[in-house]
Amino acid sequence: MADSERGSVNRRGFLKGAAAGAAAAATPGPTRAQEHDHQDHDHQAVPSDLTLRVKALESLLVEKGLVDPAALDALVDTMEHKVGPRNGARVVARAWIDPAYKKRLLENAPAAIAELGYTSGQGEHMVVVENGPKVHNLIVCTLCSCYPWPVLGLPPVWYKSAPYRSRAVIDPRGILREFGTHLAEDVEVRVWDSTAELRYIVLPERPAGTENKTEEELAALVTRDAMVGVAKVTLPPSGDTA
Amino acid sequence: MNGVHDMGGQQGWGPVQYEKNEPVFHARWEGRIYAMTRAMLAWRKWSLDTARHALELMAPVDYLRTSYYERWVWRLEQQVVKHGLVTREEMESGRAAPGSAKATPALTLATSSRWLNRGIASSRDPGVPPRFEVGQRVRARNVNPTGHTRLPRYARGKSGIVARDHGVYVFPDTNAHFQGDKRQHVYSVQFSARELWGDGVSPRDSVYIDMWDDYLERA
Repeated sequence: MADSERGSVNRRGFLKGAAAGAAAAATPGPTRAQEHDHQDHDHQAVPSDLTLRVKALESLLVEKGLVDPAALDALVDTMEHKVGPRNGARVVARAWIDPAYKKRLLENAPAAIAELGYTSGQGEHMVVVENGPKVHNLIVCTLCSCYPWPVLGLPPVWYKSAPYRSRAVIDPRGILREFGTHLAEDVEVRVWDSTAELRYIVLPERPAGTENKTEEELAALVTRDAMVGVAKVTLPPSGDTA
Repeated sequence: MNGVHDMGGQQGWGPVQYEKNEPVFHARWEGRIYAMTRAMLAWRKWSLDTARHALELMAPVDYLRTSYYERWVWRLEQQVVKHGLVTREEMESGRAAPGSAKATPALTLATSSRWLNRGIASSRDPGVPPRFEVGQRVRARNVNPTGHTRLPRYARGKSGIVARDHGVYVFPDTNAHFQGDKRQHVYSVQFSARELWGDGVSPRDSVYIDMWDDYLERA
């Protein structure tokens, strides 16, 4: 549980989370993934020693000429504003409306994704896995936090957390139920454990009733969670797109 | 190494803790350590494999108690000293040693996009032949290396089928320890859920794990 917690968690928050986990584990039947709002948290709770430690480290590395603060600003800006699940959503929407593009995407994902201009770090060897009526794919990295950065950005905390990393491979259907995704027994679940330098992204099923939507409207429906495989794309949109 | 980071199949962690509208970074320091970690890799004093292993070396209780980016802070503090970019005295005082030469950053604003777009080295090098072919039945070796490995414990000794050949990649088990890149083929190997976990799971489900040649033997 501690592994899943954010940097700003304090002892109180840790215990609260542990208690919630224990209570949920004791509840029979399907449970929703535990949700909380970012706004609920008091960010003054960030341990000041971490803020100070990182400041001290940056100051030393800058003084020694080992890092360029402007380059650091650019890196942060890229991950906060330029790279993220909107990129992946455009790839998915394009694949839904253009069968030739979809074919290229499934055969050579890096090249097809680069056609839309997305090519930076950790995504050089992307593989797209396609969901269908009888196949559902789920992405995990049990050993660390491997994730397709150029199309999804940095992974959310839950993806890097112990509950997800431990259970995605042994209990994928249980994980999916927590996210509200209920699969029929005759659906085949394929879990992809990103142990090497391949980076996986799920091509979700296009929901029924979207025949008249534009590519842009379709992209707006596609969530990060659907591209990781914990959710399906639904109409009207629901769930988190952050 | 059989570390706590190798989490696949562990039980008792409870439900996934989901945060709605999660920001990319939860505090400014998270973004700074993320950026510094990437920028320092540009010095090429260590590889991504070495960096991954560095996290595995964290004491288990600390690994489990700290947040993701807090582990990155600990790691970078260790790495810069271990690989000679910063002295222990400088780390302790927070100041560059008097009279020490100032370097030019390996990653600057001008070079950052070129660096970040550099691919992870892989190839279809015909000089490195595959030992296995798609459709072949294979077994993950039952080994317990004490250094870095990307062969998760839950797969060891289990049999599967080669689903894809991804081409040739650097071998992390040696590369992490500066023992050469030992390039070899990587495959997606399909393991049935029942092979991994027994009869209590769906007969339809599988886990696909990326495996280097050296992790596999004929089954």
